[in-house]
Amino acid sequence: MSVMVDIRSVHKSFGPLHVLKGIDLTVRTGEVTVVLGPSGSGKSTLLRTVNHLEKVDRGVISVDGALVGYRRSGDRLRELPEREVLRQRTRIGFVFQNFHLFPHLTVLENITEAPVSALKRPRREAAEAARRLLARVGLADKADAYPRQLSGGQQQRVAIARALALEPRLLLFDEPTSALDPELVGEVLDVIRDLARQGTTMIVVTHEIGFAREVADTVVFMDDGRIVEQGPPADVLDRPRHERTRAFVSKVL
Amino acid sequence: MPSDTLAQHAAVPETPDKADTPRIVPQRRFGQWTAAAVVLVLLALAVNSVLRNDAFQWDVVADYFTTTAVLRGLWLTLWLTAVVMVLGFALGTLLAAFRLSANPVLRAVSWGYVWLFRSIPILVQLLLWFNIGALYPRILGVKTVDLLGPVTVAVIGLTLHEAAYAAEVVRGGILSVDRGQIEAAQALGLSRWRRWRRIVLPQAMRSIVPPAGNMLIGTLKGTSIVSVIAVQDLLYSVQLVYHRTYQVIPLLMVATVWYTVVTSLLGVGQYYVEKHYARGTERTR
Repeated sequence: MSVMVDIRSVHKSFGPLHVLKGIDLTVRTGEVTVVLGPSGSGKSTLLRTVNHLEKVDRGVISVDGALVGYRRSGDRLRELPEREVLRQRTRIGFVFQNFHLFPHLTVLENITEAPVSALKRPRREAAEAARRLLARVGLADKADAYPRQLSGGQQQRVAIARALALEPRLLLFDEPTSALDPELVGEVLDVIRDLARQGTTMIVVTHEIGFAREVADTVVFMDDGRIVEQGPPADVLDRPRHERTRAFVSKVL
Repeated sequence: MPSDTLAQHAAVPETPDKADTPRIVPQRRFGQWTAAAVVLVLLALAVNSVLRNDAFQWDVVADYFTTTAVLRGLWLTLWLTAVVMVLGFALGTLLAAFRLSANPVLRAVSWGYVWLFRSIPILVQLLLWFNIGALYPRILGVKTVDLLGPVTVAVIGLTLHEAAYAAEVVRGGILSVDRGQIEAAQALGLSRWRRWRRIVLPQAMRSIVPPAGNMLIGTLKGTSIVSVIAVQDLLYSVQLVYHRTYQVIPLLMVATVWYTVVTSLLGVGQYYVEKHYARGTERTR
């Protein structure tokens, strides 16, 4: 199977805080990778480096064969102009913990904005595609609503549809259910599960261990800026080899 | 134990008959009634004194209200306000962008500008610009007095003053937009210009419009200060008349009523602009 994401010895600091301390991770096309770990372990930061929302201090990340945010020239990596980075991002969907829907645009406008302005799709075509996506996440009747008129679960499903509208090769989820009331978590996980079944390549940062066990091809456990353990869910979650993984899994379950 | 709780719950719902419940009497607010009565009496006295005081000479007010001289002055006041608002906010938006930029030089320049022009009273500034010829007798080979007439000086002075305040209003509006909105737009690959125009600015406008409306009304009235450098705005036009006829009060009333009329119209306009930018803020459709 081909490699979709290749992360090599990535380091990242915020001032004196060393958040990522040499991360190596490979995600194969069509696979679901779930990243677990305590708060502050660096998992969200890692996810954000994959589409260059955070710049790495050291190391390289490539998605679908292309370096993210840089081009190689000799033995250096030169940062790409913003235009190029933006073009790369249209192939990587990102779903935020707090949805970040645009509150002044309708649901339909939220979804068509990027295809129309970044991919230059005709507005009508984009609107048709958006309606199909809304139907897919079970919100066909909410096209003309404003985000604030929707529940958290519905907003997150719109955010997923918005990310899908660019037909990305890779989807990144940053704790997609952490801001939701418990009874709304299921509907969002259902949508993500559905995407997994259709072979979408995804990296999901989450605290939902049950979901990881069910959907993940690979579970990655991070602590203190390092990947402590990775492997199939059955290994990492049921027979963790490291003390820290064991402690975390027993606490969360 | 559980059956006990159930039994207790079952015993509770006995809705009492409507006839049995005592009627609720709200507290009497004598203080409110008294205050309202006193205020109304005082208001009536004030209105009466205005209407019955012949020195206001309301007939003279009516005579001059739509004379060519007054309307010309009103027109100058209106376009001066419009030009100062547009140029002031254009420069102010640029200054706000400088202030929020990653470039420390631009940030410092913007800060310095706002500090300087908020420190100088507008009257002092206008007089300085009016006498700029003393500092620079010639600009690009042209005599300064010929280049900068009173109206140009008024536009320059008021705009520079306005921009300092507009910069802070715009900056506040931009800061009120959640950082996540920009990240989401970046993650979707929206260009810098598109992020600014389509995502940040419309949301910033919600916090910009109320203080900007305030500034617009302030500017409309503030332009009357240009009468000190003999620009024929609304105030200066009525002054020219009363210097000749000595009907000071009725002519000042002409200006007063016009300022009030225009301010009221602007208030109505602001209501609709605010409504436009409030899209998506209500929970119900």
